[in-house]
Amino acid sequence: MKEDKSSQAYWKATLSLLFKILIVWFLVSFGAGILFADMLNNIKLGGYPLGFWFAQQGSIYVFIVLIFYYAKKMGDIDRRFNVHEE
Amino acid sequence: MDLQTTIYIFVGLSFALYIGIAIWARAGSTSEFYAAGGSVHPITNGMATAADWMSAASFISMAGLISNMGYGGALFLMGWTGGYVLLAMLLAPYLRKFGKFTVPQFIGDRFYSKTASTIAVVCLLIASLTYIIGQMTGVGVAFSRFLGVTAETGIYVGMAIVFAYAVFGGMKGITYTQVAQYIVLILAFTVPAIFISLALTGNVLPQLGLGGDYRGTDMTLLAKLDSVVTDLGFGKYTTSLPGSRLNMFMYTLSLMIGTAGLPHVIMRFFTVPSVKDARLSAGWALVFIAILYTTAPAVGAMAKLNLHATVNTAVKAGGDLFAPEASIQAATQPDWMNRWEKTGLLKWEDKNGDGRIQYYNDKTKDKAVLDKAAAAGWKGNELSVNPDIIVLANPEIALLPNWVIGLVAAGGLAAALSTAAGLLMAISSAVSHDLVKGIFKPDISEQGELRAGKISMAVAVVVAGYLGLNPPGFAAGTVALAFGIAASSLFPAIMMGIFSKKMNKEGAIAGMIAGLAFTLFYVFAHKGIFFIKGTEYLGVIGGANSFFGITPEAIGAVGAMVNFVVAFLVDKVTAEPPAHIQAMVEAVRIPRGSKAVSGSH
Repeated sequence: MKEDKSSQAYWKATLSLLFKILIVWFLVSFGAGILFADMLNNIKLGGYPLGFWFAQQGSIYVFIVLIFYYAKKMGDIDRRFNVHEE
Repeated sequence: MDLQTTIYIFVGLSFALYIGIAIWARAGSTSEFYAAGGSVHPITNGMATAADWMSAASFISMAGLISNMGYGGALFLMGWTGGYVLLAMLLAPYLRKFGKFTVPQFIGDRFYSKTASTIAVVCLLIASLTYIIGQMTGVGVAFSRFLGVTAETGIYVGMAIVFAYAVFGGMKGITYTQVAQYIVLILAFTVPAIFISLALTGNVLPQLGLGGDYRGTDMTLLAKLDSVVTDLGFGKYTTSLPGSRLNMFMYTLSLMIGTAGLPHVIMRFFTVPSVKDARLSAGWALVFIAILYTTAPAVGAMAKLNLHATVNTAVKAGGDLFAPEASIQAATQPDWMNRWEKTGLLKWEDKNGDGRIQYYNDKTKDKAVLDKAAAAGWKGNELSVNPDIIVLANPEIALLPNWVIGLVAAGGLAAALSTAAGLLMAISSAVSHDLVKGIFKPDISEQGELRAGKISMAVAVVVAGYLGLNPPGFAAGTVALAFGIAASSLFPAIMMGIFSKKMNKEGAIAGMIAGLAFTLFYVFAHKGIFFIKGTEYLGVIGGANSFFGITPEAIGAVGAMVNFVVAFLVDKVTAEPPAHIQAMVEAVRIPRGSKAVSGSH
């Protein structure tokens, strides 16, 4: 069966990528950094309590990875649906 | 060479560098003004965006607030970086595809309404003006120390220089000047941090040093800090919350969506050459921002430890913090304290008349601490340190060489001036282009438009300077209010414009008004109507932080929710947007030119 290449399918693929990234975005910052920080503080990462580390260091590193991952994946989706810029 | 001369040389050299680059870049071609990113590599562009973005709040104020707040300070770190993820994915590529130059233009076109674009201009002006108040506070701190005057005089000097810089400099668009400013400010921030990290932990990287061992002990730095501050009655550094966990959550969220809604940040993504570049340059900008943002927590924690070690010798030597001879004598206090006392931002008051400086939290609820303090003859905390001075004083506290102090002064001024100038540009374009030309007087001449822009800049500087004399909070806290305002008004409107094909003008307008009104009502209740002292009306809303303990800086997230909900309710009971608008939204969603997706393969 031929893959659906309509604009609806393109938008659906985009939204599902956004949704996945937003889940990770939420988990590292609001999850590990705020809501579960106390629990994670019982674990140590070097001299850092882990929840504190996520809040003041880790979440920022993850954000960077997320944006580059998004840019790459989005480029793939654009090409798959043939809507990339020339 | 004495310290003051060194500072003048560093600040003078850095300014000479910016002016030199501006002249050199201008000689090339003037047509590059709008397509600043056109011939520039995404990495270079990212650096320039980072300089534009990191302001006095990031450079001067943030690490000091983290130092004060401990763990809770993370809300600035996550809030001001996490927003880039939203910006990169939800707004930047689509606004780039839309291809106009300002946010009110997008809102006006997408919601086929001049009313909508006028409201967007109002939101933009309120947010940008609040932002500049925060900048002026920071500029005042930098100039007061740099010239050895009071913070008020510092603000007057700052106002004059910011205005001249924005009006005559025309720095906006000259990417290479901002690259130079980025390099100056990032060196100024990281070099002292590296020195201090080496001294305290033996680690070159401050990011690792913060998790390292405190030199000369078998304790980690954070454990040592925790024990010192709790002994003195302050909240435990690695867990202390700003109010409540809910408040921290909302505050962080508010800064994140505010980042994605601030017009002067969004504007940068209108000018990149392609949709692909819009996605990537947000990533590169964040890389360069992260260098400062991952260093700041180390600066904050180490400055706090150093400050306590300076006024209480038992911190370093071990032993009883409450021993009489542990507190240092005011007569022998280090020179940097004398210098900062002149600015009025550091104050010592000898409450028990023993000639020594006692620094502890006299408002603690920990009875053991109060008992110990009383037994030692302490009659209240005697030292007050404005958190806005921590970063600038940091190299002095750590007794670093003079050239480092000079470098930091240059960095602080670079950060404050570049962002203030960028914001003034955003204000002037909103007034002259979107408001005067777009709505009131479409036939205005180009000269008239330019004049309107300059007048609005001058008014903005004077208003911001006046309010900066009595700021609604510390620089970073005031800037946070601006983010809340942008978060509650502009971000939801732009996002619904892209992600909801059926959102109509009635919904968007009602949403923006509701979100903005709700946020301003709550903020003004705490901070005074338009931040004028004495006009607070806390009684009306039932006391401070009455909405579930949420502080005014954090209310923007709630305002954004109000905006979304009102918009959807109004949208449900009014007519659908016209077909050509829906088609426009379809077109904005795909990167390729105007070619439709359907049918191709």
